[in-house]
Amino acid sequence: MTTLRKPTEEMQYILATDVGSTTTKARFFTNESGEWRFVVAGEAPTTVEAPYEDVTLGVRNAVREVEELTGHYILAPDGSGIVVPYDGKIGVDLYCTTSSAGGGLQMMVAGLIKTMTAESANRAALGAGAIVMDVIARDDGRQVYQKIQRIRSLRPDMILLAGGTDGGAAAQVLEIVELIKAAEPKPRLGIGYKLPIIYAGNKALRPQVEKLMGESFALDIVENIRPVLEVENTEPARRAVHELFMEHVMSHAPGYTKLMKWTDVDIMPTPAGEGMAMQLIADTFKKNTIGVGLGGATTNVYSIFDGRFVRSVSANLGMSYSVTNVMKEAGIDNIMRWLPFRLDEEDVASRLMNKMIRPTTIPQTLEDLIVEHSVAREALRLGLKHHKTIATRLKGIQIERTISDLFDQEMEETYIDMMRIEIIAGTGGLLSHAPRRVQSMLILTDGFQPEGVTWLFQDSVFMMPHLGVLSTVYRDAAWNIFDKDCLVRLGTVIAPKGTASPGEPVMTVELEMPDGETVKEEIKFGEVKRINLAERQEAKAVITPHKGFDVGEGPGHKVEGTLMGGVAGIMLDARGRPLYLPEEEGARKELLLKWFHALDLYPEDKLKELV
Amino acid sequence: MAKETNEKVSKEAYAYTPGLKVKRAMTVSKTRRLPILGDVYVKVGDKVSYDTIIARTEISGDPEIVKASMLLGVEPEDLPRLMTKKVGDRVEEGEIIAAYNAFFGLIKKRVTSPREGTIESISDVTGQVIVRGLPIPVEVDAYIPGKVVEVLPREGAVIETNAAFIQGIFGIGGETHGKIKMAVDSPDDELTADHVTPEDKGAVLIGGSLVTMDALRKGAEVGVSCIVAGGIRHKDLTAFMGEEIGVAITGQEEVGLTLIITEGFGKMRMSQRTFDLLKSFEGYLASVNGATQIRAGVMRPEIIIPHEESFEQTSSDELAAGMVPGTPVRIIRQPYFGAIGKVVSLPVELQQVESESYVRVLEVELDDGRVVTVPRANVEIIEE
Repeated sequence: MTTLRKPTEEMQYILATDVGSTTTKARFFTNESGEWRFVVAGEAPTTVEAPYEDVTLGVRNAVREVEELTGHYILAPDGSGIVVPYDGKIGVDLYCTTSSAGGGLQMMVAGLIKTMTAESANRAALGAGAIVMDVIARDDGRQVYQKIQRIRSLRPDMILLAGGTDGGAAAQVLEIVELIKAAEPKPRLGIGYKLPIIYAGNKALRPQVEKLMGESFALDIVENIRPVLEVENTEPARRAVHELFMEHVMSHAPGYTKLMKWTDVDIMPTPAGEGMAMQLIADTFKKNTIGVGLGGATTNVYSIFDGRFVRSVSANLGMSYSVTNVMKEAGIDNIMRWLPFRLDEEDVASRLMNKMIRPTTIPQTLEDLIVEHSVAREALRLGLKHHKTIATRLKGIQIERTISDLFDQEMEETYIDMMRIEIIAGTGGLLSHAPRRVQSMLILTDGFQPEGVTWLFQDSVFMMPHLGVLSTVYRDAAWNIFDKDCLVRLGTVIAPKGTASPGEPVMTVELEMPDGETVKEEIKFGEVKRINLAERQEAKAVITPHKGFDVGEGPGHKVEGTLMGGVAGIMLDARGRPLYLPEEEGARKELLLKWFHALDLYPEDKLKELV
Repeated sequence: MAKETNEKVSKEAYAYTPGLKVKRAMTVSKTRRLPILGDVYVKVGDKVSYDTIIARTEISGDPEIVKASMLLGVEPEDLPRLMTKKVGDRVEEGEIIAAYNAFFGLIKKRVTSPREGTIESISDVTGQVIVRGLPIPVEVDAYIPGKVVEVLPREGAVIETNAAFIQGIFGIGGETHGKIKMAVDSPDDELTADHVTPEDKGAVLIGGSLVTMDALRKGAEVGVSCIVAGGIRHKDLTAFMGEEIGVAITGQEEVGLTLIITEGFGKMRMSQRTFDLLKSFEGYLASVNGATQIRAGVMRPEIIIPHEESFEQTSSDELAAGMVPGTPVRIIRQPYFGAIGKVVSLPVELQQVESESYVRVLEVELDDGRVVTVPRANVEIIEE
């Protein structure tokens, strides 16, 4: 519940944190002569591992950094938390936080028959981005006690329970319900956390299921995943898994209850805060937008397309806890294709495994940084792929299945058209902390492969979630900070859709620069170029693609428009869509280096040492 | 804005990455529970061994359906009179349960029980006999030798013991036991197949910097209980497990042994302290578990070596342990991965590192005398 300790107009200091799966980020804001501005950031690893196992310790560490950097004391000397309101010497007037400390989603599914309901439930969970730790079915060949042992030792975050067609099997389904209840699963996220159960089985049994599970679990009932034998209806269950994860599981962590007592405003899940910021961008510029929060455990993608807002959280794609899952899902070759220097496959895999087992460490060397940037591209690519399965047209959500196509999942068609996406915005530790902003620009471009003319934005120091939650109680302050200190204009990417052979002409761009000068650039296939155009400046552009290339008006058709300047400027991207990367290792590395050089992506001398 | 600070060095900072426990002596307690209710065989104060059964229950055995009438070549309704055993009778595996003689003994047909158990039903409709196997015991053992400090009625008990306690960084495989045996002489040595002999059956085998694929395979073959090493290659782990690790949630693997890695992936010298501690307990029985869960609510693998050495219970609160100049730390990322040293200073201001990122750093004096600057996030405190 929101209880402000001071009227907003009297506030002087605001503290907001985001307790991420890996890092806790504190942001300190002050009211300087009537204008709210961001002052300083403090960061510390999130403390979810023994002996700490209490996220408030990470919050304290991050806030202590703020104290050290500003000399303004915020923490109560007796260790009881954050002093609110400011008493003239110590404290802040408002403290709010978002959280995604719970990390990824690892769940169990249960059904009656392994190849039928349990299989459907498994598909629904996988479709929601979960890692399925085990599939429990009546006919899975294990004894009841063995299944109970599994549930206990695996500590799932959620259980999706299916079974029975509508009006069909009853006693057997209730047996599974009783089994789960008997297991008394102990969640990993600490006291006060009720394990969510989604029931997507025989609808005739809902009252009994509610009676059996209602008190001990956070029960959610959705449409039957298999209402009749031949029809599979995974979509309601999939969406329920996804929603419950975003709203319930991911924000929880050991110490959550204590953190709740510290805050004045309800703790908001990080994706909710990020999503608000992304909507704000789309609203402000009135353009179709894709946003992304690339986190340690999850990759959150948001789309605002023709006014429709959809968010997806890929629960096990991320840069720390889930980094090896990105390697597994993308394949190590796909990660290594972005490296411009030679590294042994085993070396790359070991680095990523070491990051996963010690998730709070950060790259110190350039080599390590480039490896992480390579993983980021793949996490974004897979995250968008997942998002597209959620951002679908609602047409016939039920799929008729016969035994023969049991394993063949049809994907609905997405309405996301990259040519019509006009803005891409990124947040998350890796993007916000990229030492050069142009690195974020290229990572976002390589991961999402925008087509046509796209404006790129990013979060300056990672505070979009903070401002999202702040905006719920103090909109004016949040907006001012968002506009002045948070939203960084990276620039504009012009990427014609089409493909050709290296060296063939792709497009001509004529720019009318703010100083009246005209710049004309021709670009050939396989090249990238960067033109400086500062933040908050614009240039009129005439883009003439060659035959076979499209920048929005059809192949070969000219496009006129306004390009947004930014800290990275204008990027002409003639690498083709889909993006062209040679198969042959030597040629690929050479081309990558050419791009990196053209964009001034990394320090040249250090990069040369690595190649 | 409040007062400006002139301090350029923090007096104290909390360790960011918790150091894994490597303790010579501490009190370890374990809760042991049955998955379903049963009988508890111990009481508070009892001394238990690692294999003492704490609690036990039984579940009914597996049923087996015997198509008896078909095997005899008779109609189902004739089956009851041809049965030599009746419902509820105990039968041995191979024992005759139904017989049919015709043509003055010229045709002899027999049906035998496929397993030891009891006759559960005889159907004159389907002609089938169900033989229920013997009840299957479900037991939970103590896992660690020690003393029962609490009984959980009908479920199990809490066992406590004085032990050396070592946490690994990553492991696979579940609970097991064995005597500590040093397979190598130094923490730098690789544990290869040559170091594994048939005499190592049931042992907890300690390697140095790396365990090779051949060593793992041979270990599983000769029946080694557990292998502990500093590092492992990613490709060897994948090949040994049969699948690639996505998110680290392990402990259920059935790969023939439990594996515990103490430092990380690749060749990584086992920390001298861990190696020396394990060496000092060579020949002692250890209880080990490879189960690892790296996510909020982290679980790390463990080696518990119960012993009688007395120790002083430290009253200091571990959570309050801060990082100050002089604190021993280990660097846990490139370019000084594995190096050990002492904190020299903790500058407040963000500093630029080679990647060009501005981060909070600390200065560490390494054992070889060099003073290096590393991100604070890339060290762990060594608990002493």
